[in-house]
Amino acid sequence: MNVLMAGVGGQGIILASDMLSEVMMRYGFDVKKSEIHGMAQRGGSVMSHVRYSGNVASPLIPFRSCDILLSFEELETARYLAYLKEDARVIINSYRLSPPSVISGSRDYPDIIPIIRERTDRIYMVDGHAIAEEMGNPRGVNIVLLGTLSTFLEPEEGLWVECINFMLNEKIRSMNIEGFMKGRQVNIQ
Amino acid sequence: MKKLLSGNEAIAAGAYEAGVSFACAYPGTPSTEVLETIAKEYPHIHAEWTPNEKVALEVAAGASYAGARTIAVMKHVGVNVAADPLMTLPYTLIRGGFVLVSADDPELFSSQNEQDNRHYARFAKIPMLEPSSSQEAKDFMKEAIRISERFETLVMLRTTTRIAHSLGVVELDEASEQRAPALERHPAEWVMLPANARRRHPVIEERIRSLRAYSNASSLNITDMADTSLGIISSGVAYQYAREAFPEASFLKLGMAYPLPDEIIRDFAGKVDELWVVEELDGFIEEQVKAMGIDCHGKDRLPMCGELTPDIVKNVISGRDADPIREYALPGRPPSMCPGCPHRGLLWALKRNKCFIAGDIGCYTLGFLPPLDAIDTCLCMGAGINHAHGMSKVFGAGKEKIAAVIGDSTFFHSGITGLANLAYNKGAAVIVILDNRTTAMTGSQNHPGTGITIRGEQTTSLDLEKLVRALGIDWVRVVDPYDVKKTRKEIKEALAFVGPAVIISRAPCVLLKSRTVSGRVLYVDPDICTGCKVCIGLGCPAIEFADEKAHINDMCVGCGVCSELCSVNAIGGGK
Ligand SMILES: Cc1ncc(C[n+]2csc(CCOP(=O)(O)OP(=O)(O)O)c2C)c(N)n1
Ligand code: SF4
Ligand code: SF4
Repeated sequence: MNVLMAGVGGQGIILASDMLSEVMMRYGFDVKKSEIHGMAQRGGSVMSHVRYSGNVASPLIPFRSCDILLSFEELETARYLAYLKEDARVIINSYRLSPPSVISGSRDYPDIIPIIRERTDRIYMVDGHAIAEEMGNPRGVNIVLLGTLSTFLEPEEGLWVECINFMLNEKIRSMNIEGFMKGRQVNIQ
Repeated sequence: MKKLLSGNEAIAAGAYEAGVSFACAYPGTPSTEVLETIAKEYPHIHAEWTPNEKVALEVAAGASYAGARTIAVMKHVGVNVAADPLMTLPYTLIRGGFVLVSADDPELFSSQNEQDNRHYARFAKIPMLEPSSSQEAKDFMKEAIRISERFETLVMLRTTTRIAHSLGVVELDEASEQRAPALERHPAEWVMLPANARRRHPVIEERIRSLRAYSNASSLNITDMADTSLGIISSGVAYQYAREAFPEASFLKLGMAYPLPDEIIRDFAGKVDELWVVEELDGFIEEQVKAMGIDCHGKDRLPMCGELTPDIVKNVISGRDADPIREYALPGRPPSMCPGCPHRGLLWALKRNKCFIAGDIGCYTLGFLPPLDAIDTCLCMGAGINHAHGMSKVFGAGKEKIAAVIGDSTFFHSGITGLANLAYNKGAAVIVILDNRTTAMTGSQNHPGTGITIRGEQTTSLDLEKLVRALGIDWVRVVDPYDVKKTRKEIKEALAFVGPAVIISRAPCVLLKSRTVSGRVLYVDPDICTGCKVCIGLGCPAIEFADEKAHINDMCVGCGVCSELCSVNAIGGGK
């Protein structure tokens, strides 16, 4: 399986993809994950490749072989179409963060849904920010989205919770598990 | 026990398991997390940030001479800074196992060039290991320490971004004992005067011959025969891409990428019909294979620029291009300085004074992007001051407005000598030291100016003003870059001064706890805003322009710079 996570630096993509990797290792798979940090932390585009199977060679997902794209920001979704399989599933956080050219008023924020439809119709929108804010944890969008992603994957709820407990310190555990559960309950349309 | 580790974390684990007791580094993407992991996870290993890579390699050499197992860690261009000790270290006798970890950055995710540091191993005549996964990063670190002690030489462990920053499953083991230090004297092997160095040179040549024999027998190099119509020689992450693209092919995977196992290569080449060498950047292995008289494909088809991917390897070797996927010209999202970054006001003020701004390397280099367009040069760490001096000398004092900006960490790394030169040679440029109290670009590491060590202990902190004055600069001012008007005025005075002038722009990076911004979000009164876009010129990601007015979003940290610039006082709140 190949899962790609996309978004903007500071959205918590690295932690979400670390958790997915941990779950899949404990589930018994060989796992590799690759991403670029460094300059991307300063508000640039971020993508993280997570691959798991009996034996993973390349840490990078080849083109046309991504099974699920989890995107934390609408525009970012459209950058990675080349990776998608024909029938890939695309989960999109309905959230727009204007890039500099839009901020300065020189470009419009593009409508990306028609672009994605060229590759796949299996598009799922999630309002991660609304859910996170409702819980009083606006920074917890990543864990909400991870919850939604988890409903598409094999491992059971218990294993996910175990990994969240393992990876987060005590103070923030219960808050994040709540966010994860809320994400799992999202009625995917 | 199994754990998911990045290549860098695995290298740290390998150092621990190998009984390393001393580690030092200067931060640099993608190498930084090796020392950070050691500082965090392995309290029995001494860890220190050094001001630059040359210091790191020399300090580590001292530790090894005293008998400790030791590592020095740096990014690829850091090895350039450490190249002087690197070239002579192989002449000297290594006692405790000594490994140089060098992290290359194909594709320049976060670097100023794309150099291939494998050449350094051949240049310095030291063995080099190249892991292709996190597991190997750990295993090869241990093997590197063994080789170092057995052959009494420095060993290079070379990674790339995709190894250093990728996560993989790693099996952890018990740690070996650290070596007790013992003072010894080996003047014939440690005092590199001509007479001694002359005697040591043949030792190096002989050692490389023995290492080649070792490489031929080593399990670091693995032959895996399958379909013999295609044979691939590869190493590092490129090996994984080739495996992914051609699972049926025969492989010679090189874990020891210098010196090459000539007999194994000859043997492998003789068994396959078509031979390819798949490697990122230069044709380092390929050229040596061809020099052995073996015909192969490699850089005649594969790119020398950028990183490889499974798709590039597959398409190039199979000679077939996959159907292109339609690409859209989406608005880009380059990295930018954080909302409220103290560098922004300072760069804006320099720009307003119409300066040519010789830049350096750090977060402030991002001031190169529009709308600030504030950085005019960026070569390597420490170069900015020297550029400004050279330029202003050519024009003559007071003829052109020449300034340089340099971060605090970069100043301690390699700016001090440049400033001494500027004073000594009667320069007349304006030098701004951006003292944000950290090494921000690489993730906020401490340095000699912060008064705190890598493990959070208090220590002495270098006094920048005193240091600058001691270098011979008399005109020195400290400014608060959030006070843009005053800053602009000080810059004007500095430009008017005939002679070298230094402005220390002091305010902590907004990612630090010690930041001085209020943290409250400002707002633009739409009834007052005239849509003049002056504030937009700052390039703060928290200010957006829509419906002919400026708007401030919730990323604002309340630094107040935009409200200072607004001539109609439309920006307020947050107080
Ligand atoms: C020789 C060398 N070593 C390390 C690096 C990696 N690096 C880039 S910028 C930087 C330091 C930035 O710190 P500072 O000058 O204080 O500026 P800041 O990012 O804090 O604004 C480092 C270590 C490099 N580019 N070159
Ligand atoms: S990390 Fe600090 S120095 Fe770097 S852009 Fe952000 S505020 Fe500025
Ligand atoms: S006060 Fe203005 S310049 Fe400072 S962070 Fe907020 S919007 Fe940006």
